[in-house]
Amino acid sequence: MSENILEMRNITKLFPGVKALDNVNLQVKKGTIHALVGENGAGKSTLMNVLSGIYPFGTYEGDIVYEGDICKFAKITDSEEKGIVIIHQELALVPYMTIGENMFLGNEQGRAFAIDWDTTYAEADKYLKVVGLNESSRTLIKDIGVGKQQMVEIAKALAKNARLLILDEPTSSLNEEDSKALLDLLLRFKAEGMTCIIISHKLNEVSYVADEITVIRDGATIETIDNAGHNIDEDRIIRGMVGREIEDRFPKRPHVEIGDVMLEVKDWTVYHPLYQEKKVVDDVSINVRKGEVVGISGLMGAGRTELAMSVFGRSYGTNISGTLLLDGKEVTLRNERAAIKAGLAYVTEDRKGNGLILSNPIRVNTTLANLEGVSSKGVIDPDKEYAVADEYRQKLRTKCTGVEQNVGNLSGGNQQKVLLAKWMFADPDVLILDEPTRGIDVGAKYEIYCIINDLVAQGKSVIMISSEMPELLGMSDRIYVMNEGRIVGEFMQEEATQEKMMAAILRSTTD
Amino acid sequence: MTKAKVAAWFKKYTMMLILVLVVAFFAWRTGGKILLPQNINNLIAQNAYVFILATGMLLCILTGGNIDLSVGSVVCFAGAVGAILMAKGMNLWVAVIVMLGIGLAIGAFQAYWIAYVKVPPFITTLAGMLIFRGLSNVVLQGKTQTVTDATFKKVFGGGAECFVPDLLKGPEGMNLLCVVVGVLACLIYLFITFRGRLSRVKKGYSVEPIFNTIIRSVIIVAVVMYFALQLSKYKGIPTALIWVALVVLIYGYITSKTTMGRYLYAVGGNEKATKLSGIDTRKVYFFAYTNMGVLAALAGILTIARMSSAQPTYGDSYEMDAIGSCFIGGASAYGGVGTVPGVIIGAVLMGVINLGMSIMGIDQNYQKVVKGGVLLAAVIFDVLSKKNDTK
Repeated sequence: MSENILEMRNITKLFPGVKALDNVNLQVKKGTIHALVGENGAGKSTLMNVLSGIYPFGTYEGDIVYEGDICKFAKITDSEEKGIVIIHQELALVPYMTIGENMFLGNEQGRAFAIDWDTTYAEADKYLKVVGLNESSRTLIKDIGVGKQQMVEIAKALAKNARLLILDEPTSSLNEEDSKALLDLLLRFKAEGMTCIIISHKLNEVSYVADEITVIRDGATIETIDNAGHNIDEDRIIRGMVGREIEDRFPKRPHVEIGDVMLEVKDWTVYHPLYQEKKVVDDVSINVRKGEVVGISGLMGAGRTELAMSVFGRSYGTNISGTLLLDGKEVTLRNERAAIKAGLAYVTEDRKGNGLILSNPIRVNTTLANLEGVSSKGVIDPDKEYAVADEYRQKLRTKCTGVEQNVGNLSGGNQQKVLLAKWMFADPDVLILDEPTRGIDVGAKYEIYCIINDLVAQGKSVIMISSEMPELLGMSDRIYVMNEGRIVGEFMQEEATQEKMMAAILRSTTD
Repeated sequence: MTKAKVAAWFKKYTMMLILVLVVAFFAWRTGGKILLPQNINNLIAQNAYVFILATGMLLCILTGGNIDLSVGSVVCFAGAVGAILMAKGMNLWVAVIVMLGIGLAIGAFQAYWIAYVKVPPFITTLAGMLIFRGLSNVVLQGKTQTVTDATFKKVFGGGAECFVPDLLKGPEGMNLLCVVVGVLACLIYLFITFRGRLSRVKKGYSVEPIFNTIIRSVIIVAVVMYFALQLSKYKGIPTALIWVALVVLIYGYITSKTTMGRYLYAVGGNEKATKLSGIDTRKVYFFAYTNMGVLAALAGILTIARMSSAQPTYGDSYEMDAIGSCFIGGASAYGGVGTVPGVIIGAVLMGVINLGMSIMGIDQNYQKVVKGGVLLAAVIFDVLSKKNDTK
C-alpha cells in the first residue's frame, strides 16, 4: 500500500513573467485518494496540466516519476496511454451527442471508416453500470442533469483504462446529494485499487474522502497532511492554504435595524419556457425587509434561480402569475429594464456566461447596467465613467492593473467583485445574489461577505441564494428552504441548522 | 520602452504600419504615380461607397460577427428607383429623400425579422440580396437608366466637375478652399485633443505621456495637410469626400461616445449579460440593420451619381468590399471588437491595393487573388493575436 504510484519532483513551471510552480513536490501512494487544496491561482490546475501532458515535456523543469519510470509526456494521449486521465472542471461533453458517442469521442470503436456502433453502445452501457448511472447510453447529454453528466465523464475516463484518475473540482456544480454519490463512487474505486487525485475547494468533502492532503500555496507545496482517520479539522487545512489563521469565516455584522418589508412576492408561479406544462416555481410567497439578509437554501434544480430571474423582470419562464409588492406598492415588472428602474438587481450565478463581458475592461462592465448614470442624452462622459469604475475598484478592493484591464484576465473572486460593482452602481434597493461565492477562494469569500454586510448596513435588502449551507447559516437573518419549486421551510437564524434544513428538503421530496 | 510596451504598440498600430508599407511599395513600383494628386482624388471618389458601407457593416459585425449580405442589392435597388423617378421629372431632393426612405424601409424590414423574430441575419440578408437584386432588374426592366440632373451629379460626386468650387479664389493650380479646410480640420483636431487632455489633468485622471500625444498629433496633421495640398493641386475637395467625412464623423461619434454605441459592443461581447443588465438587445439589432439599409441607400445615391446611370448589375459584391474592409480593419469575426477609424484604414488599404495594381496594369483577376489573400492574412492575424492574449 505504501508504494508511490506517482512522484512529481521539483516541478517548476514558468509563464511569461510569472513563476506558476516553484519546486513543487508531490507523492501519491498507490490505491489512495489524494487531495490537492489551495486558493484560486495557487497552481493546482497548472500542476495537473503538467502531469497530464497539456504542458508538454520540456516546458517545465523537474521529473515526473510514474510507476517507477520517468515520464516525458508530449501530449495528452501519451499520459492517457499510461492510464493517467484528467477530468476538467468544465465538463467536456457535446450536448447534442449521446452518452455513448461522448464516451468514445476520440477513442471510437471499430475502424476509422466504419465505426462499430453496437460495440460502442454495449461498452458504454457496461461502464455506465460501473459508475452506477441508470441511463441508456443512447440518451442525449443535454437531457441529463449536471450530476449525471459528471458521472458520464468518469465513465469516459474508465473507458480509457484509467489507473490514476485526476478530478479537478468535480463537485463544484453538483448539489450535496450528487456530490455524495460521486465521492462514494471514488471510495468504491479506491477499494478496487484505483488511485485518485482530487482538487477541491470543499473542505468537508476533502476531509471525508482523502487519505492524504497536499496544500499548495503561491506555486509551492506547503505540506502534506495525513488524513487516514478522515477527521481532520477544516481550520487546520485553511491555515495551511491562506498561511494565517482565519479567526472567523464570516465577518461580524454590526447591529443593523431591520425595517419594513421591502420586497414581497405572493403566490408566485412560473412555468418552464420550453416545456410549458412544467411548473418550475409553484405558488411561492417570500419577503425581505430593509436591512435584512434572507437566504434561500435548496438543492440544485430546486427552482431558486428560476424564482429569482422570474421576479427580476421576467427574465426566465412563461405564464408567470402572482403579485409583486415593492415597499408596499404593487408593481408589474415586464422586463429587466423595468426591474432595474424599480430598484431590483439580480447578480447572476453564472458570472462568465450571464454576468460579465469578458472581452471588455472593468470600466465598461461596471457601468453597463446604469449607463444613464454616466451619460446625458445618450452621450457617455468618459471621464465620469472612469471615475465611477475607479471608485468601485477601490471600494471593493478589486485586484487589477487598473480599470482598463479586461475582466477576462481577472481571477474568479475579482470578477465577482466587478459583477457586484456593476449592480451596486445601479443603486438597487433589493439585491438578489445568486451563488455569490461559487468557485472563489476563502479570502475572496470573506471580502464578499463584508460587502454584503455593508449593503444591509445602508438599509438595502439582500436575498442570497446559495448551495453552501454553512454560508447561509453564517450570513442570513432568515432562511427559506426551497425544494421542487416550493418553499418548504422558513427558519430564523437562531433556530436554523443544517440538519433541520436538510430534513425539510427530504420530507417534502415526492417520488 | 520595455519589450512588452513595444509589442503592444505594434499590435495597436499594425494596420497603420502595413498601410504605410503598402503605399511605399506601390509608390516604388509605380514610380510615384500613386501619390499624384489625381490618383489620390480617384482613391477617394472610387472608394466612397466602400467607406460608407463598411461603416454601416461595422455596426452589424459588432453585434456578434453578423454580416449583411443584402447591401449590394439595396445599393442597386435604391439607385434604380431614384434614377427612374428623376428621369420622370421628380425634383432631385425629393428623389434623394425617397431613396433614403427606401433604404430605411428595407433596413427596417430585414431588421424586424432579425431582431424580433430571431431569423439568423445571414439568412435574412441572403434572402434580401436575392429579392432586391431581382426587384432592381424588374424596376429597370433590365435596361440602363441614365441620370442627367447636373446638380445631382455635382452634389453627390459624379462626373468631372464634382468638386467644391474654390470660393476663396486661390491662384491658378491651387484650390485655396481645400487648403483652408485642411488647416481648419487640423486645428479642430488639435483643439479637441489638447482640451480633453487639459480637462483630464485638471480632474486628476491619468493621461498618456505628452510625448505620445505630440507625436500622434504631428503625424495626423502631416497626413491631413499632405492630402489637402495634393487635392488642392488637382481640383479641390471632391464632393464625395464630404459625404464620406460626414458618415465617418457621425458614426465614429456614435460608436465611441454614445450609449447606443456601447450597447452594440456589449451585445457582441456577451448578449445574455447585456440583456440581464436591462438593455433591450432587440432594439440594438434593429438599430444596426435598419441603419445599414439607410447607408446602403446613401451609397446607392453616390453610385448612380458617379456612374451617371443606374444598371441592374450595380452594387454587385459591394457587400464583400464592405465586409472585407471591416475585418482587415480589425473588427472581430466574433463581434464586440472594432472601431470606425480601424475600418476606414481597412478600406483605404483595400483601395490602395486596387488602385496600385490598376496603375501597374495587373490583371483584374490577379487583383482579386491578392485582395483575398490580404483578407485571409488579416483575419489569421486577428485570431492569432487573440490566442496569445488568452495564454
